[in-house]
Amino acid sequence: MGLSLIFEQLLNGVQFGLMLFLMSAGLTLVFGVMGLINLAHGSLYMIGAFVCAWVAATLDNFWLGTIAGIAAAAAAGALIEMTVIRRLYKRDHLDQVLATFALILILSEGTRILFGPFPLYLTVPDLLSGSVDLGITEYSLYRLALIVAGLVVALGLWALIARTRLGIRIRAGENDREMIAALGVNIQVLYTIVFALGAALAGFAGAMVGAIQSVQVGMGEPVLILAFVVIVIGGVGSIKGAMVGALLVGVIDTMGRFLLPRALGTVMETAAATGMGAALASILIYLLMAAVLIWRPQGLFPANG
Amino acid sequence: MKAHKPFAAATLAFAMALPAQAETVVGLITTLSGGGAGIGSDIRDGFMLAMQQSGNTDVRVVVEDDGQRPETAVQIADRMIQSEGAQILTGIIWSNVAMAVVPAVTAQDIFYISPNAGPSPLAGANCHPNYFNAAWQNDTLHEAAGQHANTLGYANTFIMAPNYPAGTDALAGFKRYYTGTLAGEVYTQLGQTDYAAEIAQIRASGADSVFLFLPGGMGISFMRQYEQSGVELPIISAGFSFDQDSLVGMGSAAAGVINTAQWSPDLDNAANQAFVASFQEAYGRLPSIYASQSFDTANLILSALGTADVTDADAFREALRAANFTSVRGDFRFAPNQHPIQRVYVREVVEVDGVFTNRITGVAFEEHQDIHGANCQM
Repeated sequence: MGLSLIFEQLLNGVQFGLMLFLMSAGLTLVFGVMGLINLAHGSLYMIGAFVCAWVAATLDNFWLGTIAGIAAAAAAGALIEMTVIRRLYKRDHLDQVLATFALILILSEGTRILFGPFPLYLTVPDLLSGSVDLGITEYSLYRLALIVAGLVVALGLWALIARTRLGIRIRAGENDREMIAALGVNIQVLYTIVFALGAALAGFAGAMVGAIQSVQVGMGEPVLILAFVVIVIGGVGSIKGAMVGALLVGVIDTMGRFLLPRALGTVMETAAATGMGAALASILIYLLMAAVLIWRPQGLFPANG
Repeated sequence: MKAHKPFAAATLAFAMALPAQAETVVGLITTLSGGGAGIGSDIRDGFMLAMQQSGNTDVRVVVEDDGQRPETAVQIADRMIQSEGAQILTGIIWSNVAMAVVPAVTAQDIFYISPNAGPSPLAGANCHPNYFNAAWQNDTLHEAAGQHANTLGYANTFIMAPNYPAGTDALAGFKRYYTGTLAGEVYTQLGQTDYAAEIAQIRASGADSVFLFLPGGMGISFMRQYEQSGVELPIISAGFSFDQDSLVGMGSAAAGVINTAQWSPDLDNAANQAFVASFQEAYGRLPSIYASQSFDTANLILSALGTADVTDADAFREALRAANFTSVRGDFRFAPNQHPIQRVYVREVVEVDGVFTNRITGVAFEEHQDIHGANCQM
């Protein structure tokens, strides 16, 4: 088990983590600023992927497809916020869960009606296809591009939150939303913008990931669950927490999947070790979440702590 | 007295309106959504094509989507038996779903004929007189791949399958016949979409070849990522991962892959040529191995119904065992555990007229029977 394997797995973990970050950032902003649990976030990821796949296939252009995917997810987010989410801010968390769960069902069936039950496939653009020699190991160029894209977005998001007026309002809103309303900030517009921003991030993640996996109905739910794990670990409302949490989850999950079966293989015979290792690896991040909850219940970097 | 006459007349009229002959209801439970939808559509379409071509009007087929979930399939099976009066069930693709449904329904005196899933427990210790498998036992095509890997001179293979009954059967079957060393053995998660970690392990393992079992959307995701990764080891597999339903999504990523199967679209017998042509005409696409299996399943059921009524369970069972129908595979017969004894071919993925499909390049096994039948007490 050499250095090249470990390095490649680390890259894989970082890539997975950065895609998770894109999902979690939107989710944590919405939860932090608006106090709203949004289960339909996974559906926004799916919408971004579907629109990207469809536009890329129709216009034979991956880049236009990506832009269309982000725009569609943002538009869907804004629409959902104005029609459904707006009525949920003052409601109990359970009501929000029920309403957004209903949204998942509506959006999933709607997508199935529009696009059919078969998965759609995106082709990786020629510019980003193939592998590149990194010295220590060879690595897929597209995954490298995902890592770069994820880092650029993270930087942009940080700049937005820390350095712009909108960012100040978002941070203030996380702190005390009644006060900023009293101070004259248009809360309704702010909330719609934050929701649409989160949706755009999710849609971008969906479009990016769709090219190397498949675009199918229900693709957002497993990622949504992981995103919730990330924001619990990182701390609700904190972008920094989302980044740290996402990288932790991404790296631990990837490393666990390849190291656990080997570790078990030293104490038991291979077939049992691989089976048990695979099963254990899939629950590793939930164990991590439980550990964080016990040690630091508000998360590693709580926004208001 | 007078009030009874119209009632009596109405009852008589109603009784005369009932069909003279009871229809047979067949319940087809398959996956019509998500990553497995391609396979499920082929299972449904192959079955319905056979029904349509037979012109039999006494059989009613009820089709439902299990969404690849065992709990959904169990509910659907119950509903089909209780509400629709289904006497025969079929259609399940996935072995974990089959393990949830089949033992329960066969215990209720319902016949189950599998067009796909063939888990080893149901072929061995848990075999049942009401359970027939018209496709294969899960291990078969993987055993053939293991045998052929020896023929091709592979000495250090990396093997991989999802962690569920068919996956464990797959790796067990491959290892049973393969004589080389294993560069690595990995179980992935069922439904997993990202294989970066596994591809990294393949790259670092020093393997000379890869054996994988990743049906449906899993295989498509893997091959697309494998093509991007720069790892260029040859792949050998069972036909499940490299048939028409998946080749559409894989495209050039699958070119040249060697796979084993009991059927291929270019199989040269009259029944198969007619089947492939009529399927293409009816549905606008080439049939996959799954469509061929469910086409055979439908014809098996119809041949039995031609000889015996399904309500006479013993006679119907004997009729099924006789397997007196024309299979698109050529010869077809059952072993004592009611799984097929059949030939397994070696195929290669090639591009024909702009479409990726399979061509037979050899034979791996002649009259192959599964080993689990030895544990079957029937």
